[in-house]
Amino acid sequence: MPTACLPDLPGVGFKPDHFAAIRADAAGIGFFEVHAENYMGAGGLPHAQLAALRADHPLSIHGVGLSIGGPGRLDADHLARLRRLCARYQPESFSEHLAWSSHGAEFLNDLLPLPYTEETLRLVCDHVDQVQEALGLRMALENPATYLCFSQSTIPETAFLAEVSARTGCGLLLDVNNVFVSCTNHRTDARAWLADFPLDRVTEIHLGGHETEHLPSGPLLIDSHGRAVADPVWALFAEVIAKAGPRPTLVEWDNDLPAWPVLAAEAARAGQVLAAGRGAGLARAS
Amino acid sequence: MTAKTSRFVLGASMACALGAMASTPVMAQDMEKCFGVALAGQNDCAAGPGTTCAGTSKVDYQGNAWKLVPAGTCLTMELPAAADGMARGGSLEALTRDLPAA
Amino acid sequence: MPAHPEFVAAFEAALRGGPLPAGVLAQDAAEAARRFAVYRNNGAVSLSEALGSRFPVIRQLVGASFFAALARAYLETSRPRSPVLAEWGASFAAFLEHFPPLAAYPYLGDVARIEYARGRAFHAADAPPVDPRALAGADPDRVRLGLHPSVHLLDCAYPAVSIWMRNQPGAQPAPLESGPQTALILRDPAFQVPVRALGPGDAALLHALMAGATLTRAADMAQQRQAGHEPQPLLVSLMQSGAITEARE
Repeated sequence: MPTACLPDLPGVGFKPDHFAAIRADAAGIGFFEVHAENYMGAGGLPHAQLAALRADHPLSIHGVGLSIGGPGRLDADHLARLRRLCARYQPESFSEHLAWSSHGAEFLNDLLPLPYTEETLRLVCDHVDQVQEALGLRMALENPATYLCFSQSTIPETAFLAEVSARTGCGLLLDVNNVFVSCTNHRTDARAWLADFPLDRVTEIHLGGHETEHLPSGPLLIDSHGRAVADPVWALFAEVIAKAGPRPTLVEWDNDLPAWPVLAAEAARAGQVLAAGRGAGLARAS
Repeated sequence: MTAKTSRFVLGASMACALGAMASTPVMAQDMEKCFGVALAGQNDCAAGPGTTCAGTSKVDYQGNAWKLVPAGTCLTMELPAAADGMARGGSLEALTRDLPAA
Repeated sequence: MPAHPEFVAAFEAALRGGPLPAGVLAQDAAEAARRFAVYRNNGAVSLSEALGSRFPVIRQLVGASFFAALARAYLETSRPRSPVLAEWGASFAAFLEHFPPLAAYPYLGDVARIEYARGRAFHAADAPPVDPRALAGADPDRVRLGLHPSVHLLDCAYPAVSIWMRNQPGAQPAPLESGPQTALILRDPAFQVPVRALGPGDAALLHALMAGATLTRAADMAQQRQAGHEPQPLLVSLMQSGAITEARE
């Protein structure tokens, strides 16, 4: 099964508003990432733009609607749409989330949390197997940003992800902002989380911005992708790269979009960290 | 004019229309330029919503539509009906008169 | 016994306003509610904003506050049925027409139909324009025209095209036409999706062409609807927009 092969460079989440600026100057950008569900129409501008981008840059397709952590079967129609999209654009990577987003036939448009148990572990592994078989590629699974924990959970999140990767062969998408958000929200230590996480399985990294709210017990961070990456997240990212070596690293900015140069500067900052990490690093599990 | 003559005249006029169509260039398109059209104004609306994998700190609006009244441009346009159902500027009458039978 | 289906069902019920699912860990009940509210807000706010970006003129017509409440009511019965949000909202026009607080604004359904059709046109399949040489020698009594997949023709009971235009950025206020309008919506070669109102003859012509009538038959029907109707301007304009994709005899 082909392995994800994005370059170990900074990438940016593509927004149509930035298309002209990107065509004028994409210096230093190693790849672009798009949300699969925004390119499932039949034709028109979205496909014209994506085809033009894809011709010149490595591409990551990131799904937000497969509901891999949901009970029951995956949506066969949606899986077929994903298969057609990947066949058309031949992305270097396809990734999805450890979360659920549909209930029955309804799409809830959010990445919802699941308890980590032997039952949900089997379910997620079955779903990942199904995706990899349908798409004919090795996918990557992303750790979620969460706001709640559940007493039903019997497996730590890091062990759960490691086990899914071991059983299915899937890569892991490490969202460093999500680690920081979740650990802050659950009053645990992000460095301990990262120490338990199988960095050798990481095929891509995500960085994004978050908002801060306050509960009586302490901060509640929200993974909003609406501002620059926070300093503590940059620090964690640098530690990950120093240990693991450079990995393809995406800067995500989905809300309150800045002008292209602001986003490109965030990517350049990630690029400096990646460059500093060259020579360091772990052998990558295949 | 008999139906036959009318048909003949129409045919000739349509042949002429076909000629005009054949000599009409499709709107010129510089593809790169077209793709780059900033999706401002009308076009971003047609694109419709995009997905997100982010959360929000905005709070769900808890208002009840049954107790609110519209308060947008529908109140300032010279539109057929006001909230009280009364005609405005006489245009409601014209509208209802022109409605096809349901 | 699998526990996950039950967990997901309980979580989803809580998103709709039911009690929090069993097993939520938090310092106290108030904090549990605050934390769960993040998920409730994420779903409700993102879908309400998605509906607003699909129906921006409706949002402008009723105002942002009313629209937020309206979206909430629509979501109770009509959440998306697929993760492809561009496909969502087909039933919104009918919902507006049957929503009692909007009974005094019966034209909103037609305006929503235009907005939905624009989205369909924006994402419609690509098709190259017809080779003009195929038209030059064609027999108008036999030729049938194929139209671009983005072409939509909507018969509106209200002057919905004019209302839509008055609510575009930079539009000048002007009195509205009265009476029904037919809206032509298509995607042009520059990927723009203009909306225009067609007169009765043009509307009859295009309806007939879309139903597969020959050119002469379509022109005949247009003349029956509007005496002295001249079909050439609309046909030339459709050519120019790349909307004629086929000529078959």
